[in-house]
Amino acid sequence: MDVGRHPNIELLAYSEVEKVDGESGDFRITIRKKARYVDEEKCTGCGECAEKCPTVISDDYNMGLGEAKAIYRYFAQGIPSAYTIDANHCRQFHPKKKCGVCAKKCQAKAIDYDQQDQMIEVGAGAIIAATGYDLFDAQKTPQYGYGRIPNVITALELERLLSASGPTEGHLYRPSDLALQKDLSEQEKRSKKLLKTLGRHEKKFGQTSDEFYPLYESGELQGKDYDKWAQQLKEHRELTQEIEGKREKADKIAAAKRLAFIQCVGSRDIRFNRHCSSFCCMHSIKEAIIAREHDSEVEVSVFGMDIRAVGKGFEEYRNRGARKSGIRYIRSRVAEITENGDATPVVWYEDTLTREVRQVPADLVILATACEPASGVKQLAEILGIELNNFGFFKTGGSQPIDTTRPGVFTCGCAQGPMDIPESVAQASSAAARAAQILLKG
Amino acid sequence: MRIGVFVCHCGSNIAGTVDCEAVTQYAAALPDVVCAVNNLYTCSESGIAEIQKAVEAHDLSRVVVASCSPRTHQPLFQSSCAQAGLNPYLFEMVNIRDQCSWVHAQKKEEATEKAKDLVRMGVAKSRFLEPQEDIKAPLIPRTLVIGGGTAGLSAAEALADMGLEVVLVEKAPEPGGLLRQINRLAPEGDRAADRISALVETVMAKSNITVYTDSEVESVGGYIGSFEVAVRQKEGETLTEKVGCIVVASGAVPLQPKGMYNYDGKTVITQMELEEQLGSGSYAGRQVVMIQCVGARSPEREYCSRLCCMTAVKNALLIKEQDPDAQVHILYRDMQMYGTELEQMLWDARGQGVRFEVYDAEQPPTVESDIIRFYHPLMGENREIAYDLLVLSTPLVAREDAPALSQLMRVPVDQNGFFLEAHAKLRPLDFATDGIFVCGSARYPATVAEARAQGLGAASRVASILFKGERVIDAIVAEINSETCVGCMGCSDMCPFGAISYLPEQNICEVNMILCKGCGNCAATCPSQSAQLRGFKPQQILAQIRAV
Repeated sequence: MDVGRHPNIELLAYSEVEKVDGESGDFRITIRKKARYVDEEKCTGCGECAEKCPTVISDDYNMGLGEAKAIYRYFAQGIPSAYTIDANHCRQFHPKKKCGVCAKKCQAKAIDYDQQDQMIEVGAGAIIAATGYDLFDAQKTPQYGYGRIPNVITALELERLLSASGPTEGHLYRPSDLALQKDLSEQEKRSKKLLKTLGRHEKKFGQTSDEFYPLYESGELQGKDYDKWAQQLKEHRELTQEIEGKREKADKIAAAKRLAFIQCVGSRDIRFNRHCSSFCCMHSIKEAIIAREHDSEVEVSVFGMDIRAVGKGFEEYRNRGARKSGIRYIRSRVAEITENGDATPVVWYEDTLTREVRQVPADLVILATACEPASGVKQLAEILGIELNNFGFFKTGGSQPIDTTRPGVFTCGCAQGPMDIPESVAQASSAAARAAQILLKG
Repeated sequence: MRIGVFVCHCGSNIAGTVDCEAVTQYAAALPDVVCAVNNLYTCSESGIAEIQKAVEAHDLSRVVVASCSPRTHQPLFQSSCAQAGLNPYLFEMVNIRDQCSWVHAQKKEEATEKAKDLVRMGVAKSRFLEPQEDIKAPLIPRTLVIGGGTAGLSAAEALADMGLEVVLVEKAPEPGGLLRQINRLAPEGDRAADRISALVETVMAKSNITVYTDSEVESVGGYIGSFEVAVRQKEGETLTEKVGCIVVASGAVPLQPKGMYNYDGKTVITQMELEEQLGSGSYAGRQVVMIQCVGARSPEREYCSRLCCMTAVKNALLIKEQDPDAQVHILYRDMQMYGTELEQMLWDARGQGVRFEVYDAEQPPTVESDIIRFYHPLMGENREIAYDLLVLSTPLVAREDAPALSQLMRVPVDQNGFFLEAHAKLRPLDFATDGIFVCGSARYPATVAEARAQGLGAASRVASILFKGERVIDAIVAEINSETCVGCMGCSDMCPFGAISYLPEQNICEVNMILCKGCGNCAATCPSQSAQLRGFKPQQILAQIRAV
């Protein structure tokens, strides 16, 4: 918000750097401003378009746990507040479909289906690369079952589930239960529709479905219309049974109580990333404490090799997690996660104290996935003319921790390696200082 | 009194729940309201133009906008009023979105009624608003840096390069800080002395940096923009410096483990002493055992000191490098080798044959003259290791004089004596008090790279203030009526920003408008209503409440 309103800052969201010419003190940067198909100046962010948009897509911001529309705002408080059309899903961009609902609804006349990517040239004395990181794809560790076992989720997915503005409004429902509910409501919709159709048949032929079916079975009633009726009736009866079963299960759905956090998923692992991702121990502890605050019956185990509570107040926080929120820290490297009959994940690990292989069931297993170099970082490094380090992040030097290998180009935050928020914020200020230093020194 | 009311639909954000037209009609009928307008978006260009037109056409003396949050939009509306010639403090905002339509989406009729109530309250308050002028204060383009270690030197260097003057006060006879006592730096392996000498040289060569060594800050007066600092020099002479901002970079010191694990400085030494031995070549160990968390992560000192694990691994690698047959054991609780390079060092150390053994904090190792015994919780057994050199990894602790220094500046320290920043996550280098910043190990143990980054960062925080040339402060600050104040000091105790001082001669309290943030604590505390917050004076708030 402060950045968006600052008179000295021009914010180019939804844009990418394509070329950098010149040198420290005098760079010329070519930027592709991607087409939003919405005029940023005109769009007031009212949301009328998204409300009426007929195309439902998966909601990336909520880690696919919720739904968004093909004209969307990545998240509610985003700056700029303008909407964007997802051209891959929008009907208007489909060769065989027509829509145009958003353009009709928009009172600000901001929708522009013909908008093109724009190339912009910007002059700058210094460049700061603060491109962040990506998360490790947990499916690369198949033994943990992510993607296969629905109730094994990532820490970021848990963040969304714990968020009051998230898909479950902060209630800790298991993805398998959410899927069941979604299934159920879809089947109920279908059942209602079928019932209406059956009603039409009943009206047309002047008899109830129950009267009709035995006659049809016995062959007394024949013909295409009767075949259809019979088939729909059968489907409805089967569906009703299925719905009953599911409803019984759905009535028993309770929020998750037993949480197991698995640390170092893709970190400190010779197969994927050797490095430590620095912040995952703390976010697991934080999530555990929040889950426990939300529901005092929640029980948490954190499985990790070392618990790295390295930062101001972090060790104290870890101890508070144990003392007040009952977190159990279990020194281990989890071997495998399996699933038992009722969609409950089971964590297999070696208890190093008793030297036994043990298994504990959990309602939800949360994977602390590694902080990895952002995808496209190699390409960006090439464009910026800077080097990467052995770990794939932007390379910096010991005595100049913010400088990249090219004069005038600086980097801060997780673009140069995993770090927590205070360190990123401090580094951001230092990058500003480095830029000012070279620009003002003249 | 001529009041104009503007009711915003915010697209469907408000109008989807609240009947905005009804609210507008209602507002139009309120006493003194001479114009009431409905806008699709009051904050859009056309909405703003409408306000400005109305100010002229209706000669408005108050503007009330019923829309969203003042946090995001008040500045825009205020400046629009000012452009139209209306004092911006005669503007009042009513939040019928966050506090009404968003929270009552299911109850349209009630929400509309509530919006009317809120507008009526806003209009009632607006009648009592007073015109104000922004407060302007000078900024001295000069900065005091306390401490000449990596963090302080880095801050000074950056500020000087930006063209700002710096006064650097160092307690020791020479700047350089803790790096002076360290051997080599990980992971690059270069000599700490070289690194710090280069930095000191750079700083000393800058004409706009004044360095006072052997000196201490004796007193700090004033406030952001114009601090007055007394610096006592070695000879006992005290001089006064006037600065606009202060950077605290006073560092920390390694804990001396007196009475712990038979510490004697000979066969049982600290990592700092090992650094000295390795640097001078006097190191002669063959069987080295290091114990981590000595005096840290314990009941009396709960925090983790961040640097000790990497120091132990760095020194273990150096020992292995000069004597591959040396036995090195590191007894640890958690190896805090966070990030990329440090974790790599841990892999390397394992590869070099350094042995890492977990111990249980509940059953700490026991030390005899040449043997150390401990319980190994992973193996579930008691172990013993022979040693000829036992190295204790002790934490960095706050300097003993940190609390005294903090009191001079009226900034807080935490329970461990480290300086306490304004916000643990989002403002790691700021104090809650304006114009004073913190960096390096004075805040919490930091590596050389971290201390440098934080020093540079503090410089940028300072620059963002001093480059403005003049400080412009919102006029919504507290004032104390000297006629009625009895000098009870209830207000000054409640002020989180140290903005209220007691004048003993007159026996009254006084607000420093430059430091005041307008929180209103003093006004709420004052038993005689002498302390009042502009824009939220009793008659203004009471008018609002009575209109409910």
